[in-house]
Formats: sequence, structure tokens, C-alpha cells
Amino acid sequence: MRFNSQEFLIHAIAKLIQPSNTIAVGVLSPIPGSAALLSQQLSKQRKKKVFILGSNNPKFKTSHGVEIFDLAGQGRIDTFFLSGGQIDGFANVNLTGIGPYPKQHTRWSGAFGSAYLYFLIPQVILFREKHNREVLVESVDFISAPGSSSENTYRTGGPSHLVTNLCVFDFNREEKQFFLRSIHPKHSLEEVLDNTGFNFSYSPNPAITTNPSEAVLNTLRTEVSEEISEIYPEFAKNTWP
Amino acid sequence: MIKETSYELAKEIPSGSKIAIFKDSSVPMTLGLNMIKSGITDLEIVTVPTGGLLVDLLIGSGCVTSVETSGVSLGEAGPAPRFTEAIKNGSITIKDSTCPAIYAGLQASEKGNPFMPLRGLLGSDILTHRNDIKEIDNPFSPKEKIVCLPAIKPDFAIFHAPLADRDGNIYVGIRQELRLLAHASANTLVTVEKVTNLNLLSDPKLAPGTIPAFYVGGVAVARGGAKPLNLPHHYDSDFQQITRYAKLAKSEEGFSEWITQNSIENNNANQK
Repeated sequence: MRFNSQEFLIHAIAKLIQPSNTIAVGVLSPIPGSAALLSQQLSKQRKKKVFILGSNNPKFKTSHGVEIFDLAGQGRIDTFFLSGGQIDGFANVNLTGIGPYPKQHTRWSGAFGSAYLYFLIPQVILFREKHNREVLVESVDFISAPGSSSENTYRTGGPSHLVTNLCVFDFNREEKQFFLRSIHPKHSLEEVLDNTGFNFSYSPNPAITTNPSEAVLNTLRTEVSEEISEIYPEFAKNTWP
Repeated sequence: MIKETSYELAKEIPSGSKIAIFKDSSVPMTLGLNMIKSGITDLEIVTVPTGGLLVDLLIGSGCVTSVETSGVSLGEAGPAPRFTEAIKNGSITIKDSTCPAIYAGLQASEKGNPFMPLRGLLGSDILTHRNDIKEIDNPFSPKEKIVCLPAIKPDFAIFHAPLADRDGNIYVGIRQELRLLAHASANTLVTVEKVTNLNLLSDPKLAPGTIPAFYVGGVAVARGGAKPLNLPHHYDSDFQQITRYAKLAKSEEGFSEWITQNSIENNNANQK
């Protein structure tokens, strides 16, 4: 069965979050959002909970904006997603901008909840489709949220993976380094090395990210596409025309 | 309590005020355009916890000197162009924050506390550049650091709501964050779709979603007062209009064009 790149990435992320019971999805995250919904569909017997910021569906909504942070603070959310204008080899995330602060020549929106949630949600998956040396840098220009902390910092959460349009990395928190987990079909180790600005460890014959099965694609195209279209109508139209 | 026009309400806000604006579903666009018309300057904006179109409009119109925010963007329509430009040329002071830190600062003010402790932030460059946020030893677990956020005390909370009554009680429904804004701010000014003769607090269905008039300094009717943004159960965002703004406001000329077309004078619906 044929599938598009969005479907492939949704499935790749859904596999990583399968053990989670409570998943939260931030704003402007259609692919992670779809992955959370897919994961929920694939484990119906477990009553997985998904919170999606920006949804008006009572099933996915929190009762008010502060609640998601309170839940994270209490340790009641297992999985969250972050992206970044820059992400470095230590899993530091830059959502703020590039250049001498504060008059940065490139300025993005801002840190949003990252400088809090990254510390407190056990599994934070970094997701950025664009895999190149401008995004995946040796060291970020501004740390909106650090990938690791000193011992005197209360930290129950942090980075677990980085997913791009080329591959999936695991983050090793002890070594503070990414390990190449799998490369997407039709891409090569060489391509990943060429396009990554930071050092990471890898095996000489890396695994290949698995394709979605027919059953998964069917679920994506029915239940998931319907649920995600309420929040991201444009994304749903483009992915499942 | 009930003003004749939203322009009169806007005139209540002196230049130099610190103003809290909630992120969505209640953004007082008509009031904001009236503030611009009134020639207000030197506003210190606190976005709760993020900002969008209105913040960008106020910055582009030269009304703002500083913004405390965890992020300003036009959502799916892309970056907020006047905000971005103002940062680049240094015409506003930016106080970068993170969402729960803004809420925590307001919660401190709500309780009359000087500060609120919060997890996170340690080791971030946000903390590096925010001298007003302090790092202390957790008094209950001294090996652990924790940050303290100063109370955020806005002079005014401003928002748009569906309904007010003659006494100035405001129905906000499920938007409980607006209660926090009202509690934390010295004064609250509200535009509404409608004023009812009923007392909102004596209606058992509406009372739980009502902010008591005690916190409210002024109300004015502004039909469609959040447009082109949304007011849930009343109207949706006009995505086309917002993307049009996002494109035009990339240049100062385009921004002026949008402002002229959307100014209060050219908008009969808001003129009284």
C-alpha cells in the first residue's frame, strides 16, 4: 500500500510513544498530534489520554490554559513534543532567535512552554521535518530550553528522541548525545552525516525506519484524519485529499 | 460603569500603563484599535501567556515600549511581523518568559505575594537575560535550586467577553484564565457583545462563569469586538483577514495600509 511522507512520519512517531498513557500536544503540531491520535487508536483497550492544545473537542481539551502546566508539574503527563528553529547535539532547543540578544537579527516567536515542560515531562520528542545544518547545529545560539541540567536542578523530564525527514535519533541522557536509531527508507547514513551539524554516535549499519502497515494506514485515513481535521483542517486536506 | 462607546473606555487607559492581554478567544480588537486612535504610548504589555494580532498592531502603531511574553506569533498565519521588526531594531524592550512563568507571576499578584516559585527555567538563556527572576535554594530541599518569579501586577486587564449586566458583572464562561487576569490586575476594562438587564450572579447557570463587578472598572458594548479573531460560540476567526495582515504588515507601508482600512473611522460597525 502506498503512503505519503506525512503518514510515514506520523507512524514513526506513534511507535515511539506507544508505551505512554498520557500524551500532550502543543500548538502548531499536526504531525505529532496525528501520531498521538494514532497511538490512542492503536491501544484502545488502555484508555490512553491525549490533550491537544487548541482543540475545541471536549475529548482533547483541558479545562483552561494553566492546567497543562499544572499536570506536567505534578508528573501526570508522560509525553510531549517540541520543535526548534535550532536544535543542537546536546538537545538544547532554540525557539527564540539568532544573533546577539536582545536585538537578534533572526527572531522567532519565543520559548512558549518549553522552558518548563522540557524539565518535567519524562518523554519529550523533538520533531523537525527539515533536516539540515542550519537547523541541526553544533551548539544553539540561544538556549530557550536546555537538553540537560546540573544535579541541583529538579528534572524528571527531558529529550528522548529527535525525528526528522531523514531519520530517528535516540537521546542518551547520561552521555548527553544523540544515537542514530534508524534511517528512513531511501535515505543513507552519508546523507544524514552530511546534513547534521552536530556529532552523534551510530552503528555502521543502521536500522531502517519501518513503514506503516495497511492496518495503520487505514486507521490514519479514517479515525485519525477525521479527528485531526477539527484542529488542523488545512493539514488534513493536504495529507488526505 | 457602562460607557457609551469603546473609545470612551479606551480613554480610561493612560499612556505608560502596564496591560495584560490573554492569548485568544477574548482579544479586545475593537478596544485595541480605539486605544491606537486615542494616541496612547509607552504601554508595557504582558501577554498571557502568548500574544498575537493585537499585540502586533499595538507595537506597529508605536504604542508599546516593552513586552513580557512567552511568544508572539500570528499562529497558523505565521510570524508577527511588527513584533519581529521591533525586536530587530531595538524599539521595544523584550522580557522573554515561558508560559507557566507568566501565569505564576499573575498568581503571585492575585494572592498579594511578592513572588511565586516555579520549576524549570534553570540553565536557559531566558533566565540569563531576566535579572528580575531570582534563583534560590529550595528551603525544603536545600540541595535543589528553584526560580522565583516576581509578581506581575498589571494596571489593566483588557478583554472582550460575550455578556455583561448593568452592574458590570462579566460573563466569561469557560475562559477561567480571564478571572486570573482580573484578580491580578489593578483594574479591568471589558468590551462585550451585549448587556443584559438580568443580574448574572443570580442566574445559577451563568454565575459560575461570571467575574464579579468588584474587579471591573468599565464596560462598553462592541459588537464583533474580537473580530477578525474569534469569540467562541459567537464567531470564528477570519483566517483570510489574518493572513492578509500577515502579508501586508511585513512592510511598514503595508502595515499602515491595513491600519487605515481597519481603523475605527472606516469601520461603521464600531462607530457610534
